[in-house]
Amino acid sequence: MIGAIPMTHGLIVAAVLFALGLVGLLVRRNIIYMLMCIEIMLNAAGLAFIVAASRWEQPDGQIMFIIILSTAAAEVAVGLALVLRFYSRFKTLDADIANDMRG
Amino acid sequence: MFGLFWLVPAMPFAGFAILALMGSRLSRNAIASVGAGTVGVSAVISLGLGLRFLLSPPSGHAYTLTLWTWIDVAGFTPHFALYLDALSMVMTLIVTVVGFLIHVYSIEYMRDDPAYSRFFAYMNLFVGSMLMLVLADNLLLLYLGWEGVGLCSYLLIGFWYSNPANGRAAMKAFIVTRVGDTAMALGLFLLFTKLGTLDIQEMMQRASEQWPVGSGIAVLAAALLLGGAVGKSGQLPLQVWLPDAMAGPTPVSALIHAATMVTAGVYLIARTHTVFELAPPVLMLVAVVGAVTLLLAGFAALTQRDIKRVLAYSTISQIGYMFLALGVGAYSAAIFHLFTHAFFKALLFMGAGAIILALHHEQDMFKMGGLRKQMPVVFWTFLIGAMSLAALPLVTAGFYSKDMILYEAWSSKIGGPVFWLAGCVGAVITGLYTFRMVILTFFGEQKTAPGHGPGPCIKIPLIILALFSTIAGFLEIPRSLGNVPLFSDFLEAALPHAPLTEGSVFIEALLQVIAICGVLTGVAAAIILFARRQEFIRSLMAKPWAAYLHEFWFAGWGFDALYNALFVQPYIYIARVNKDDFTDGFYSGLARITAAFHRALSVTQTGRLRWYMMGIAAGAVIVLAIVVFL
Repeated sequence: MIGAIPMTHGLIVAAVLFALGLVGLLVRRNIIYMLMCIEIMLNAAGLAFIVAASRWEQPDGQIMFIIILSTAAAEVAVGLALVLRFYSRFKTLDADIANDMRG
Repeated sequence: MFGLFWLVPAMPFAGFAILALMGSRLSRNAIASVGAGTVGVSAVISLGLGLRFLLSPPSGHAYTLTLWTWIDVAGFTPHFALYLDALSMVMTLIVTVVGFLIHVYSIEYMRDDPAYSRFFAYMNLFVGSMLMLVLADNLLLLYLGWEGVGLCSYLLIGFWYSNPANGRAAMKAFIVTRVGDTAMALGLFLLFTKLGTLDIQEMMQRASEQWPVGSGIAVLAAALLLGGAVGKSGQLPLQVWLPDAMAGPTPVSALIHAATMVTAGVYLIARTHTVFELAPPVLMLVAVVGAVTLLLAGFAALTQRDIKRVLAYSTISQIGYMFLALGVGAYSAAIFHLFTHAFFKALLFMGAGAIILALHHEQDMFKMGGLRKQMPVVFWTFLIGAMSLAALPLVTAGFYSKDMILYEAWSSKIGGPVFWLAGCVGAVITGLYTFRMVILTFFGEQKTAPGHGPGPCIKIPLIILALFSTIAGFLEIPRSLGNVPLFSDFLEAALPHAPLTEGSVFIEALLQVIAICGVLTGVAAAIILFARRQEFIRSLMAKPWAAYLHEFWFAGWGFDALYNALFVQPYIYIARVNKDDFTDGFYSGLARITAAFHRALSVTQTGRLRWYMMGIAAGAVIVLAIVVFL
């Protein structure tokens, strides 16, 4: 059951997910994919919380996951609104086009 | 009555305030009435005070009016207090009466000037500052007036500021007198630290109690005060500003030379004479400075072409007489000469101003001539002034005052025949340059046609001053001519009598005859050389040494060139070398380094989101590595 999966495995999955998200964020130029990668990273963090909570049998980790989930929902709402504005202004979703603030 | 005398300096200051704040909104007539009226009220009050002072003097022959305490810090409590004794009474009368006449004259002289209210505002401030100076109870208040006078002279010499030469003359006057003022400020610090008070009377008393005659500290204090006096009064070696001060309007020259400013040095020495008496070497130096200055300035006046510069050099020379008198302890004689000089020098400047105005601002005497017929009032009054300046015997005020100086220089215990001789030679030269000026201006053929003649505002002050230039001398008649010592008796309470040796009336009369002969020789020489036998001058000028000497005297003994080489050029050189001084280098280097960092860091701001992400990720990895491995 719970004890069947060792915590290390759970944490490795979380780390792999986080690395995938980060790499995706760095290599993707499409802003939608970048948002999705951020979601993956958030979920990786959430998974690490769940794993840790089940290891110590504490409810705090699951509460934390709910907070992350709601934050992610809010973030996606703002992010998608920004994507809409971005597209209407630049007629593209390529994030590298918007480099007006270079020094 | 005496309680009201704060009004004397307050009136000109009120006039200044009105003109400075509302001058642009007043009509020209209103400006003239405020400007001249306030000084006129002061003059009336001073005359009333003078009469009262003469009839029933206050107890102790002095009256102190404390208005308020100025500062109160750690035992240093200078009061805003006015002090009226015989000396400041005489000075107040000179400043207000002569100042008032000059203001009346200015009403017409400056009539066409666009900056009418500014002119009267400065003039009022000038008179007010001078009154502050002479009425001050303590040296700090005196210094306030002293600096106020310096400021006003700067403003008025540079009054026509659109011409850069006038601005330069104003700055020169300000900076040269500043040298003296600095010495005087140091003198005040010294007196205060050593004597613990700046109240003049108390200071004099403590000085004579604490310092023995000839002590080093007294010598130093007196020498520093002398520095201030020399700067303000245009004496050697700080006389260079006075001839250039002619750049201002003529009434200003009259005010600077007759009533205010240059007499301040004489007043200062007379006021603090106790300190000077404790320092015999400095007192001797005062006399020497006076004697040398009166001769140098006299020779320089001989060669000038500009009528106002002749008068400027003659002022330096006449103040030299006053210093000579102060130096031999003849304080009353010095103040008496200051008194008569104020009248005849104001008269001469205002006469010269009337001529300059009629000749459309022509100041070169060699382009004047033959004005005797066209301008009779100016001619006669100017002639009276010139006679008084040259000290023609018996009928002029200048004769009595100069004679008093010469006699006391001879017979004073600290004077001597050398000073008398210098004064006599000076008298010959004075006669020569004065009548050279009169002859070139009024006689001979006419070279420039005069415009409209002077109006009543110019004529009436001239006539009044001509009257004073004649009768003021009768206040003090020497023993050989009837012995009427009214003036020195009046001053007796404030200034001690000169330390004279017992001399017979015969010697006095003999000295007078010699001096009179000297004056007459000078006048006769002027008439012969400049009116009858001009070819002699021309043949003299053809000789190279004479031409060189003429050039040298014309440039005022080359003092300007000397100071230029000695002080101005080195200063400019140092300023140029130190233009990028090292403190500046440090701060601009700091700015440059910051700018370089800014440029380097702004390169990283690519504007690419992924690049920033990379930075954040790399940073996180580094921080984690540090946390994990260290």
